[in-house]
Amino acid sequence: MLGFLLRRLSQSVILLFLVSLIGFAALTLAPGGPLSQYALTPGMSQQALDRLAEQMGLNRPLPVQYWDWLTHLLRGDWGRSYRDGQPVLTVIFSHVPATLLLMVTSTLLAVSIGAWVGVKSAVKRYSLFDDVATMASMIALSIPTFWFGLVAIYIFALKLQWFPAGNMYTVGDGSFTDVLHHLVLPVMVLTFVDVAVWSRYMRSATLETINQDFVKTARAKGLSPRRVLLRHVVGNALLPMIALAGMQLPMILGGALVAETVFTWPGMGRLFLDSLGYSDYPVVMGLLIFSAIMVLIGNLAADVITAMVDPRIRPA
Amino acid sequence: MSATSVLNPDVGGLRWWHNRTLRRFMRHKMACAGLILIVLMVLACAFGPLLLPFDDLHIDLRNRFAPPLTGWHLLGTDPLGRDTLARVLMAGRISLLVGFFAMLLSIAFGATIGIVAGYYGGRTGSVLMRIVDAFLSFPSVFLLLALAAFLKPSPMMITVIIAITSWMEVARIVETEVRSLREREFILAAKMLGLSGRWIMFRELLPNVIGPIIVAATLTVARAILLEAYISFLGYGIQPPLPSWGNMLNGAQQYLVRAPWLALAPGLAITLAVTCFNCIGDGLRDALDRRSQH
Repeated sequence: MLGFLLRRLSQSVILLFLVSLIGFAALTLAPGGPLSQYALTPGMSQQALDRLAEQMGLNRPLPVQYWDWLTHLLRGDWGRSYRDGQPVLTVIFSHVPATLLLMVTSTLLAVSIGAWVGVKSAVKRYSLFDDVATMASMIALSIPTFWFGLVAIYIFALKLQWFPAGNMYTVGDGSFTDVLHHLVLPVMVLTFVDVAVWSRYMRSATLETINQDFVKTARAKGLSPRRVLLRHVVGNALLPMIALAGMQLPMILGGALVAETVFTWPGMGRLFLDSLGYSDYPVVMGLLIFSAIMVLIGNLAADVITAMVDPRIRPA
Repeated sequence: MSATSVLNPDVGGLRWWHNRTLRRFMRHKMACAGLILIVLMVLACAFGPLLLPFDDLHIDLRNRFAPPLTGWHLLGTDPLGRDTLARVLMAGRISLLVGFFAMLLSIAFGATIGIVAGYYGGRTGSVLMRIVDAFLSFPSVFLLLALAAFLKPSPMMITVIIAITSWMEVARIVETEVRSLREREFILAAKMLGLSGRWIMFRELLPNVIGPIIVAATLTVARAILLEAYISFLGYGIQPPLPSWGNMLNGAQQYLVRAPWLALAPGLAITLAVTCFNCIGDGLRDALDRRSQH
């Protein structure tokens, strides 16, 4: 187990290095690079700009600059936001909880509903329920999340006025029920899309498990069909879902980010878009790297948990 | 280049593909419906604007915010009095073309990486696949938006950027397939004949993985259309006056109460096109899957 952990960990470190390379490459594509904020300052001459570039070390060779950037990154110095001068990590961390709230709530809901729909579709294969679920998930996977969000806002916020159209809380309120009230629409939209993914996986996992020998044995022993289904089939079909949750993490995160932009939810997605609008590149780059790290940690956790729960794939 | 593998007649070649696969695809109702609808949609976008009485750029301020079915404005008009149907069809040209070419680029790149990584394996293979993993670690919307904001947003550039963020899946699929084919007799035979690596990869291996590539290609079109719509919706994609389904939604957002049809038409168009491609991809996967021979 320790060997597996170490091997998996070193893989993540290599990936992190590659991620930082891609991030740095994207950064150098930014118009004007780190100087763009000064270039907009009135009365800034080309000579002054050149001097700044010299001071910031921008005319050194790219590998040197990259190494410099990377070591700062590792020391936790991610630069400062152009907008308010705060350290990038502080800015990002203040937006993480909102995104996590959105992601965790919708994923928990989506996994539970998706597991139920998937198992039922598999048990009653080719029934009306299965057909409707297949069709619905096909549409859910194809509908643009942001447009679906707009439709939800139009129906539930503008016409029926049941829920607020955006933001996380009313200014001056912010109580638990207030946040919950604001949470309903974005979570509803995200859950609808995610249920489609989970129910498809659960359906095929259940179908694969249902015909295996140990299930037949359990039935032959005379266990009630319900008990066989719950303990033997669903238990085993749920296992790959943990690893899948890790693999789906970029998608879940991406979905939350898209929903945030429509519902003006004050999380990382909103911050990313605002920072792009202000050409606040340190925050933009910070968010790119930070979200990739989140995904890598999630993948790692999913792999480790799967290995701990499932003795069959635990490496020697 | 002919797509037949010389040395592996049992799996290789499009002739095999035509017979059994086509028949099985035709039995997949949703896939067939998707194929028919997408053909109709492409035809409508290609020729529809020529048949309509309105030009998509014709501004008519006396007819602003006309609701659907006002005279010949079947889908109503926008804040400048432009015909929504004409604009949806013109936008479809852009959105579908961007989706299609982004797919071509990402499939060409991803499949090449996948074949090379799978065939050579070892260090080359693992380095290439780690790069794929690294790209997959970014939420693609972030990478896409950052690149779109940094680079000049022309339709061509948008296509390239979408391809940059969607080539990884196909690379993974192809790599897995090629790795399992690498030890097969026909590849060993090719090696013994002294054929070059390039010949083996693109004349022997490629035809044998064409099925999964076609499935991935169909799903990638769907994904590319969604991505283009999203970044255009946020204002970083296709720039007006060039219409795309995404930037039409951007414009419609602020008139949600006054003119909801402006948001309805492009959104439904995206959903329809993407659903069709996803259904076709699903049908192709079932038809090409050698395990599910029912």
